[in-house]
Amino acid sequence: MVAVDTDLSDAPAKFVTRDVFAWFGDKRVLHGVSLDIAANRAIAIIGPSGCGKSTFIRCLNRMHELVPGARVEGQIRLDGIDVYGSGVDPVRLRRRVGMVFQKPNPFPSMSVRENVLAGLRLTGSVPRAGLDETLEKALIQAALWEEVKDRLGDPGVGLSGGQQQRLCIARALAVDPDVLLMDEPCSALDPIATAKIEDLIHTLKRSYTIVIVTHSMQQAARVSDQTAFFLSGDLIEFDATNRIFTSPRDSRTEDYITGKFG
Amino acid sequence: MMTRIAQQNARDPGASMQRTGGNIGERAFVLCCLAAVVLPLLLLAVLIGDVLLDAAGRMSWDFITSYPSRRAERAGILPALVGSLLLVALTALLALPVGVGAAIYLEEYGKRSKLAELIEINIANLAGVPSVIYGLLGLGLFVRSLGLGRSVLAGAATLSLLVLPIVILSSREALRTVPHALREACYALGSTRWQAIRRVVLPTALPGILTGAILSLSRAIGETAPLIVVGALTYVTFLPDGLDAPFTALPIQIFNWVSRPQHEFLVNAAAGIVVLLVTMLLLNALAIVLRNRLQKRST
Repeated sequence: MVAVDTDLSDAPAKFVTRDVFAWFGDKRVLHGVSLDIAANRAIAIIGPSGCGKSTFIRCLNRMHELVPGARVEGQIRLDGIDVYGSGVDPVRLRRRVGMVFQKPNPFPSMSVRENVLAGLRLTGSVPRAGLDETLEKALIQAALWEEVKDRLGDPGVGLSGGQQQRLCIARALAVDPDVLLMDEPCSALDPIATAKIEDLIHTLKRSYTIVIVTHSMQQAARVSDQTAFFLSGDLIEFDATNRIFTSPRDSRTEDYITGKFG
Repeated sequence: MMTRIAQQNARDPGASMQRTGGNIGERAFVLCCLAAVVLPLLLLAVLIGDVLLDAAGRMSWDFITSYPSRRAERAGILPALVGSLLLVALTALLALPVGVGAAIYLEEYGKRSKLAELIEINIANLAGVPSVIYGLLGLGLFVRSLGLGRSVLAGAATLSLLVLPIVILSSREALRTVPHALREACYALGSTRWQAIRRVVLPTALPGILTGAILSLSRAIGETAPLIVVGALTYVTFLPDGLDAPFTALPIQIFNWVSRPQHEFLVNAAAGIVVLLVTMLLLNALAIVLRNRLQKRST
């Protein structure tokens, strides 16, 4: 499959992927995905379970290779730099490409405050001053500040599910990444918490590039500028979100979004 | 309930019979389980009661603060108590860092490597080796080859070897319970493996690791055989004044008293057992309090 031109092609590309293949052991799960991800946009990746959409975003921050037996081929460039190049430290790459997971996973041994600042503390890059500013900024960005400002010392796992997920977003933002990958961030949340996260994505994409994997086509339609449809490891179609949902070019895309399968 | 059974009877008289049969089977099983719980507890209670009765005449502060004597009524347990506490402390100091380190290697780094498999098999085997054998190893290695002599340090090193498999196995178990999602969260924040282990995995696994430490140290404080082989003394009238000092321990002192013919010494032995049990309970309680405080902080 080749990348499809979109009307947003004038925006500078943050990530450029060319012919990305990925394997789990002998099983190939991505068959040559080429996709340009524009800066300061939200890109949704949709498709049925097992279509490789999570694997794809985990290739972007080199989390895929952490699974024993997993490997990646092809080219992925972030701001023009090959992220699989020999000079690139995956650990440093991941500080620029944050990730939010399907299930909220705050650190159980840490307070709200410690959770937000965990990225700085984990990597030993704690600045001498400005920690409180970083904390407040990240929590405000994650739309959680008002709810937790009086209990920053409470355990992070004591928050509600939706708050925990926003805490995880704040945690990812506190290390000041360029890109935020979200792997079905609302699948464990109720509709109200989901709406809050979706609002958040609209705000966040002004400052960050967001790639969101989602099971929900409504969610893709609500939050994203562009949508990529994956099917069994192939990129079938990539276009502006409204075009994907109103006049898809590929019949398989149409079948999927109209609910004929998946 | 009655009406349901009645209805069933009306439909199929055999069904209610089967139900009752199942109930009897289940009740019998529950009774067996209950017996399995109550019997050992009863035995233990009788044992402790018996020891307490025997020890009643000798339980006093004097007994704890006196040195052994040829006269039973003046003999005390101080050197053995100090020796045991010193042994446990040293064993903890030696065995816990090594054991937890080994567990971290096996669980976090060496997974799936041939070396790790080999080590794993050996650890499992070591856990089953009788303690006397560890005593012989300690005698050959620490007392003779390394020239530590019949010292507290040699004894603690031997006990460390003995409890190391338990520490490693339980620490690995604890590390394994740390959800994979937490490690992923660390990596996604740009932490290295070691940073993730130090800041997140170890603190989360700590309560479990401490449980293993409690079990292993309880075992260490009760061990007699390896200490006899290593050369713990049975009649000590002084306190160990350094790591190279000769020593005795509670189980050895008890063993010594039990093997004497005079009845008075048997009373001393009973009192010694009470001291040993209380010491063990206190150590366990301390460790549990410590663990709960850690847990409270983390949940």
